[in-house]
Amino acid sequence: MTEQETRTGRITTNSTESGLLATLRRLASFREFVLLLVIIAFTIIMALASPIFITRLNIEAILLALSVEATIAVGMVVLLISGGLDLSVGSTLAFVGVVTGLALTAGISSPLSILIGLLAALSVGLLNGSLVAKLKINPFITTLGTMITIRGLLLILAEGRAVLNLPKSFTVVGQGRLFGIQYPIFILLILVVGGDLLLRNSRFFRQSYYIGGNENAARLSGINVDLVKIFNYCLVAVLAGTAGLMITARFGSSSLTVGTGIELRVITACIIGGASLSGGEGSVLGAFLGALFMGMLANALNLLGVDVYYQSFVTGLILILAVVFDVLNERRKASRS
Amino acid sequence: MGLPEPYWVNHEVENILRADNLSKQFPGVQAVDDVTFGLRKGEILALVGENGAGKSTLTQILCGVQRPESGEIYLEDLAVAFFSAYDALNAGISMVFQELSLVDGITIGENIFANRQPVGRFNNIKWRELRRMTRELLTRFDLDLDPTTLVKRLPMGKQQVIEILKAISTDPKILILDEPTSSLTEAEVSDLFEILRNLQQEGMSFIYITHKLGEVFDLADRVMVMRDGKNVGSRSIGEVTEDDLVAMMVGREISDMYGDTTQRETAQDEYFRVEAFSRRGVFQDIQFGLKRGEILGLAGLVGAGRTDLARAIFGIDPKDQGNVFLEGTEVEIHRPQDAINRGIAYLTEDRKGQGLFLDMTILENLISPVLKEFTNRFGFLDRNKINDDVFTRIEKFAIATPSANQKILNLSGGNQQKAMIAMWMGIEPKVIIFDEPTRGVDVGARSEIYHKLRELAEVGTGIIMISSDLPELIGICDRILVIHQGQITGEVPRNEFSEELILAYAAGIKNRNQH
Repeated sequence: MTEQETRTGRITTNSTESGLLATLRRLASFREFVLLLVIIAFTIIMALASPIFITRLNIEAILLALSVEATIAVGMVVLLISGGLDLSVGSTLAFVGVVTGLALTAGISSPLSILIGLLAALSVGLLNGSLVAKLKINPFITTLGTMITIRGLLLILAEGRAVLNLPKSFTVVGQGRLFGIQYPIFILLILVVGGDLLLRNSRFFRQSYYIGGNENAARLSGINVDLVKIFNYCLVAVLAGTAGLMITARFGSSSLTVGTGIELRVITACIIGGASLSGGEGSVLGAFLGALFMGMLANALNLLGVDVYYQSFVTGLILILAVVFDVLNERRKASRS
Repeated sequence: MGLPEPYWVNHEVENILRADNLSKQFPGVQAVDDVTFGLRKGEILALVGENGAGKSTLTQILCGVQRPESGEIYLEDLAVAFFSAYDALNAGISMVFQELSLVDGITIGENIFANRQPVGRFNNIKWRELRRMTRELLTRFDLDLDPTTLVKRLPMGKQQVIEILKAISTDPKILILDEPTSSLTEAEVSDLFEILRNLQQEGMSFIYITHKLGEVFDLADRVMVMRDGKNVGSRSIGEVTEDDLVAMMVGREISDMYGDTTQRETAQDEYFRVEAFSRRGVFQDIQFGLKRGEILGLAGLVGAGRTDLARAIFGIDPKDQGNVFLEGTEVEIHRPQDAINRGIAYLTEDRKGQGLFLDMTILENLISPVLKEFTNRFGFLDRNKINDDVFTRIEKFAIATPSANQKILNLSGGNQQKAMIAMWMGIEPKVIIFDEPTRGVDVGARSEIYHKLRELAEVGTGIIMISSDLPELIGICDRILVIHQGQITGEVPRNEFSEELILAYAAGIKNRNQH
């Protein structure tokens, strides 16, 4: 008798809600949607507070400023979904800048120098991926190690000095425009749209969800777990390298300290965007929106004349709020079912 | 019992799967020892045996997770060798593992068709097709679920069903299930059995590992018993009794399972009393007393509120109201520490998750509730005192271990349970609340635990035992309270014990409050 009651009781909760409400509730369970609403609300408030906020120049400034972090976030979120983590992206970014800069000053052509730079990134990714996937070393420790090692390596390579005066054929990558939009923004948008479509729809990329959700089960479903993991570390490293190229080209020189601390900002963006450090959850769009929100916030604080020191304070608060929101949300849903 | 049954005995009967002389060794253990058996087409073969008897290893060999050192496997009379679970899956052997293999954050559909989503030309997933396939499968088993629901939104029991659908979705010839009902309610279990019987009608064959002998008789056609890695024989369900199976599993007769079970005169003074315990929506107006030296059972269906009540008495979970009296005086319990200080112990049902420090040694576990007693006046641990005490307790509770420095993790379920009892004896409890003391514990170790409980009762400890295993409650308790939806619906003294009566109270069909 009671058994019957509980059984039917559970089933009915699924199908009785009417159209619009159900759709809204459904949408609200997607982090991207909530984040988008927050961003729209934020934009409206800022538009009222500052006339400059939604001018073309400012929007471009925001996008350009976040292009570096968001580019890496596209790869980082895939890695986080598969249960991985990469702290070495900042070092990789600077490393690629230095390697490419040195290649250029040695007289190698720009396309070839770029290729060399990206290969350098790929090798960092291969190293991280193999250590984590094959030797089963904890990702945090592995990439903490490579983060320090690579930063050291680039200092050795560059003999402690920034590489200056890079040729125009290279700097155009960071400074040129297509349809009036700067290349880095273009590259970022392509990566976000393409990455999101791939991660949502391609069977290869979706393997990461299974691995992050339950590695053993993924193996049993015939997924080549090690291969996908190594691929993901390479992906994030190459995207960090791409970000390194964009930043080096924009400034026309390879800085040795660029990218310091960026790994935490990238991971923050991913988590605000719905990714979880324990894997199995997240999306490229979410990670981009997370980065966008952080970028807009920084820009807004600037426009409002708030001291730069508050930026870090506020970003941290947002991260904590996002996670608290998640936990409470889960708890509410768990108690309802 | 005795010799393994040679496969040619049943040569006329079509064996869909046959294993000849399978062996598998792990460091220090012969996990599977020369096992020969056959699985007939369309039958449900129950596989029983104590923990460590080799059931899991044997099935892992059959489904490609482990490779045997020697022996042959024949699938429909063709020799096969699997190098991964994926190979076995493709050959038609699918397995439902003990742990859930689902990914919380994605939909039912993607979980069922993990890595087998229908794809188009660009390796792009065809979502519509995936939804259709999932819906088809769900309707086939009368499940009114939306294929796009995220798995984390499903209750535990439904997740287990999805897990089984995932295994079925490959359309296997043979489905192996490893204790699929351990986290299911009675209703969910009967749903599952119905699903399995339907599949059996369609010609699927099953190997069903279980610890619950009742399930063997409810579901299986035949039962095979393993002990120490060997196949000790198989029997048709019609020609075997539960006692036969226990004897085959243990290798000896257990005549005195529960110790002295005669009605005894318990002291009449009330020792411990719970009054007016309520928490809205969980349990209401619970009231009962416990006598010195009494073993009081709390029966009820899973989710009836027994564990919640125990946790509230012990001060882990909040209560809306309620009083606890010990030896005539009221005791205020707001935190577990309050309960421990008064000599009330709670041994959780979640031994591994909440009861023990798995990564730490037996020694460290045993002293954990009473660290203060083992420190000298400088606040440092007194090694000699610890060693003496821990050694005595390991002996007393017959914990089978090479040393006190063995990690709890490496002990069997029964020995972990004994370690947990020994750990709590450190506080010299007056009242012990014992939640599912024999879950995941072998028959042999069970008997030892029952005897231990009886001994404790005999020296005057009051014991409250929560269990979903009715024969066990009937075997050991002096009195049983039955809880249904957070209320005590029945109180049964020893001389009136019967499964029917207790079940009637537990299901809410009978209620002492409404005569």
